[in-house]
Amino acid sequence: MIEPPASAHPAQAEPAPGGSAPSLAPSADAAPPVVAFRNVSIAFDGPPVLQDISFSVAPGETRILLGPAGVGKSVLLKLVNGLLRPDQGGILLFGQEITTMPEQLLFPLRARTGMVFQEGALFDSLTVRDNVGYQLIQERVPDDEIDRRVRDALRFVQLEETFDFYPASLSGGMRRRVAIARALIHQPELILYDSPTGGLDPVTSTTIIELIVKERDVYRTPSLLVTHRLQDAFTLCTHRFDAEQGKMVPLPQGETDPDTTFLMLEEGSLIFDGSLRNLLHTPNKFVREFLE
Amino acid sequence: MAIAAIERTAKHMVLTVQDYSLFAHRAVMNLFHPPRYWTDFLIQSNIIGVGSTTIVLLSGFFTGGVLALQSAATLSEFGATAVTGRFVSITMIRELGPVLTGIMVAGRNASSMASELGSMVVTEQIDAMRALGVDPMRKLVTPRLFACISMLLFLTILADAFGLMGGAFVTVFMNHQDGTQYFSQAWEHLRYPDIIQGLVKPLFSGFIIASIGCFYGMRTSGGTEGVGRSTIQAVVTSSVLIIFVDFLVTQVLLTLLPPP
Repeated sequence: MIEPPASAHPAQAEPAPGGSAPSLAPSADAAPPVVAFRNVSIAFDGPPVLQDISFSVAPGETRILLGPAGVGKSVLLKLVNGLLRPDQGGILLFGQEITTMPEQLLFPLRARTGMVFQEGALFDSLTVRDNVGYQLIQERVPDDEIDRRVRDALRFVQLEETFDFYPASLSGGMRRRVAIARALIHQPELILYDSPTGGLDPVTSTTIIELIVKERDVYRTPSLLVTHRLQDAFTLCTHRFDAEQGKMVPLPQGETDPDTTFLMLEEGSLIFDGSLRNLLHTPNKFVREFLE
Repeated sequence: MAIAAIERTAKHMVLTVQDYSLFAHRAVMNLFHPPRYWTDFLIQSNIIGVGSTTIVLLSGFFTGGVLALQSAATLSEFGATAVTGRFVSITMIRELGPVLTGIMVAGRNASSMASELGSMVVTEQIDAMRALGVDPMRKLVTPRLFACISMLLFLTILADAFGLMGGAFVTVFMNHQDGTQYFSQAWEHLRYPDIIQGLVKPLFSGFIIASIGCFYGMRTSGGTEGVGRSTIQAVVTSSVLIIFVDFLVTQVLLTLLPPP
């Protein structure tokens, strides 16, 4: 299935806090962003849900979108792959402007992304095998290859035994893990996680976060993760996946993952864009209250 | 205040009709461009066609029987009970077969389409499908539309046949009349325009059932309550539209193919 790179990326010491203003224009030698928002706004029959949002996701970067419930985090995530269209502004996905792109042209772009929905959004009339292998089935990949790749993906999330189960017989945590397997099977170039630990108990949440860390450090796929749980966000930033031990381990004291950074929303506006250290030292009153 | 409310309602209705027109247009045009989901077409044909056979046969049989009972009672006043077969066949094939089959299938399948797709919408399965790069219109709506149109044609033919048999059963076993005379009357006075009329109507009914069922299903909002609302709207709208379009088609076909 997914061939891991030769080495996982090492953790680096957190750079000193400095200016955290987002920059959409990459430097001359930097790779173009996988996702770029430019002054995006959207409203649904009322006041704007998101207003003047600008940020980008660089290759190999994991961005954690924080904010209280109902602030527009899931809406923002659905804007990334064109499930929703903004009223104003522009969105670049894999370097292509998707804001006005016809729906038919968006499908191939979406197929290059993986998305894990808040409640998993598994197809309840299909088995786990058919859910995880859904894209492959649509592409008419031979059955034995689908079986093999589905088993590989399920092994990654440690749920190989659920191959023939229906989603109704799975627990909430297992459904999220199956959803992660479904998002990963097609080797996406970007992964979108919509509150992957929402409503789960702490132990199951840690299992899910460990999978996300594993995915980040083994495959280095850029991702955008929405959550309102600070603990999950900090765990992501302060841990790495140890391939030898086969589990998530904490980074040395004072170190954080250099490619995991934060965004924060308040009432539809982006009020923070930067590293964990910047987040912890920001003078913004709302951020401070949220962290406390 | 009242004028503003009327204006809002009128705008909402116009927008709904516009959305439905675009939705139906896309659903039809998808058939002419790949990818096409033939397996889903066959699955839906099985669900709509085979699944509805029993209710359509039973309703057709008893409708034919009731027609024979009622017509024989009236015709006996004129000593014309011999033409019961003619009355039953023309009424069933021209009108009651197509309309009753449409309404029965609307009750069964427009509701199931609206609730199934509506549930998928509120549980984000439709968004998940789109996120996986699969067009729900092509995958879910177009196969249902063409399966419903083609299956309704065959179901109507079955309903007509069982209606004639129901009429024959009542004529022979309850009214104690001659079965040969019933069938010869039914056959001899049947003309091609009657059959054309009976076979054109289910094409419209099939289109209405699937397009309305899927339309209300795909625009469901408001959780499980919204699914229930979509289901009711789908059944009510498709049933009323079937009767309304039946009226229009009858008028057009009677003009194009006038009776002798």
